[in-house]
Amino acid sequence: MVEGRKFTGATRYVLDSELASIVNISMALEMPLLLKGEPGTGKTMLAHAIAESLKMPLLILNVKSSMKLIEALYQYDTLTRLNDSRFGDSKRDISNIEEYIKMGKIGQAFTADIRTVLLIDEIDKADTDFQDDMLDVLDQMEFDIIEIDKTVKAKNRPVIIITSNAKKDLSDPFLGRCNFHHIAFPDPKMMRKIINVHFPDLDAEILESAVETFYRLRELDSIEKKPATRELINWIRALNADPDFKPKQLSKGDAPYLGVLFKKSQDYNRAASFASRRKIF
Amino acid sequence: MFIDFFYKLKDLGIPVSPTSFLTLQKALSKGLIRSVDDFYTASRAILVKSERYFDLFDQIFAHHFQGAELPDNDDLQLTEIARALLDDWLKDPKVLADVLGMDEAQLNKLSPEELLEYFKERLKDQKERHDGGGKWIGTGGTSPVGHSGFHPGGMRVGGMSRNKSAVKVAMERRYKDYSLNGPLTQAMVGEALKRLRNMIPSGPKDNVNIDKTIYQTLKNAGEIEIVFDRSLKDRLSIILAIDNGGWSMDPYIPVVQTLFDYARSQFKELKICFFHNTIYDTVWEDAARYKKPRKVDELARFDPETRLIMVGDASMAPYELMATDGSIYANERSGKASIERLKSLAETFRHCVWLNPVSENMWVYTRTIQMIRQIFPMFELSIDGLEKAVAQLMAKN
Repeated sequence: MVEGRKFTGATRYVLDSELASIVNISMALEMPLLLKGEPGTGKTMLAHAIAESLKMPLLILNVKSSMKLIEALYQYDTLTRLNDSRFGDSKRDISNIEEYIKMGKIGQAFTADIRTVLLIDEIDKADTDFQDDMLDVLDQMEFDIIEIDKTVKAKNRPVIIITSNAKKDLSDPFLGRCNFHHIAFPDPKMMRKIINVHFPDLDAEILESAVETFYRLRELDSIEKKPATRELINWIRALNADPDFKPKQLSKGDAPYLGVLFKKSQDYNRAASFASRRKIF
Repeated sequence: MFIDFFYKLKDLGIPVSPTSFLTLQKALSKGLIRSVDDFYTASRAILVKSERYFDLFDQIFAHHFQGAELPDNDDLQLTEIARALLDDWLKDPKVLADVLGMDEAQLNKLSPEELLEYFKERLKDQKERHDGGGKWIGTGGTSPVGHSGFHPGGMRVGGMSRNKSAVKVAMERRYKDYSLNGPLTQAMVGEALKRLRNMIPSGPKDNVNIDKTIYQTLKNAGEIEIVFDRSLKDRLSIILAIDNGGWSMDPYIPVVQTLFDYARSQFKELKICFFHNTIYDTVWEDAARYKKPRKVDELARFDPETRLIMVGDASMAPYELMATDGSIYANERSGKASIERLKSLAETFRHCVWLNPVSENMWVYTRTIQMIRQIFPMFELSIDGLEKAVAQLMAKN
């Protein structure tokens, strides 16, 4: 492996072995890794975990729909320069444009002195041109700053993780240049492990009944926004904090704090009526 | 190495590129892949770029390295037939009881879910006993229970687990739900319909148009003039007409429901109406097709830019479509044949599609599907079909 380091998981992240080997192969091949999967499957967390376990700094580029590639690379701060030229009370040299160039996230990853983890979050929000152009830059590992006619080359090739919520299909050339993995929603067994990492001394009974109820509620039809891992963790935190709560309540169909799991009023009502209907049986 | 495997993936419809194959070779030569398990994860991550092909990849992988059976087209038709059979049986519990080898009283005790569960169990049994065969199985040679490759309703059989060989994992087909011919989920419908939008400037002028500002400012010899525009809002109006009558649509209720739910929550200007089999003089705004009739002629007053989406199996007796009094309802007598109505609808709304939940390779067997297809661009109600339908609806001309 590169620098003899391998990714094996982090303190707050439960890694499945398949994903681990995909991460390691992508790092060795120096290719970006594209992760898809429904919200709450830990796509973003993975980048945090890699950064933590390999002790690399993490740079996050949150993609927005209106974003232009240049913003991710660098910014030429014309406004400050105009201001300086008018009032001239700064120490910057106005004739030196380079002083007004600020690096964007990709630029920072390239110019950093040590290898970094670059997380490009929710790439699907941007348009296709952005995606293709960005992959060009990541392929070449260099870009030009037009204003000062300078080429920025990557000192260290960052570990690149790209996530997508699959709202739009990504273009073929984009897909061609990265490795791909789809993270499925964790099964109950995996979920118990994840909960264990977050709550090491959680009562076994609470864990068991909460996870079971969680998966049953997820199965409900016509729920618009299904609760994900993050919601479950918050829910368990809420249940755990309530001194009056007994795990037996859940199996009886009395599920408190449903508002933590369901964020839309329609979903909430449906889940609540489902939970109370179970009491009859 | 593995050139055969690569071409098999390509032949069976996974879009794999030579570049990615070379990347795989690079991974092999670097010694990153030391076992079949490694090869499974690595080749999938490198070659396959969408979870929709993961299932097919699993099947091909299992075939290539273990000789498991490849999917064939018969499977689809059999699934269709088996689904229809299950529906039939539910109407006649005695036959079902016979088939499942229990008596009727026992059967009555089971809830529909339990029944389906039991049915699935049986199917699984069958699958294990008749490995690798397109064999039909049944009791007394009269009622075929199913086919070895059949998963009822596309539900996933066999869970996820670790510490298995890659071939075994591949054979579990964990990604069946994501594959192209799996059932539609709301998320998938959403993904396909997200592109269905028509951006029109509206609201206050509060967006700075930088290009125009620069242009105007230069024209004013440097005196700054800021130009504002209205922001773009989605103003697409849609008519969704759903065939919700008759037993022929019954098997497709879940998938149509998914589409309906999504459409209702997502589109602001949406008109939903219902019909049975085909459209005569009226459509209904209530699902029971009783309380709120609406004259089809009134629809003509809608903006012709409205997108018309018809959903139905388009399967009926030919006279219902062609005769001037074709409706199966006595009180619905019209001077016009339904096919004329459909034609005028298709002429009024130039952006129109017909979504058909019947799988595309069955269309040739139904005459009315053939006829309606000539009027409306028809697409299968599947993830692929939806994508094509959206492209059709958003086409410029």
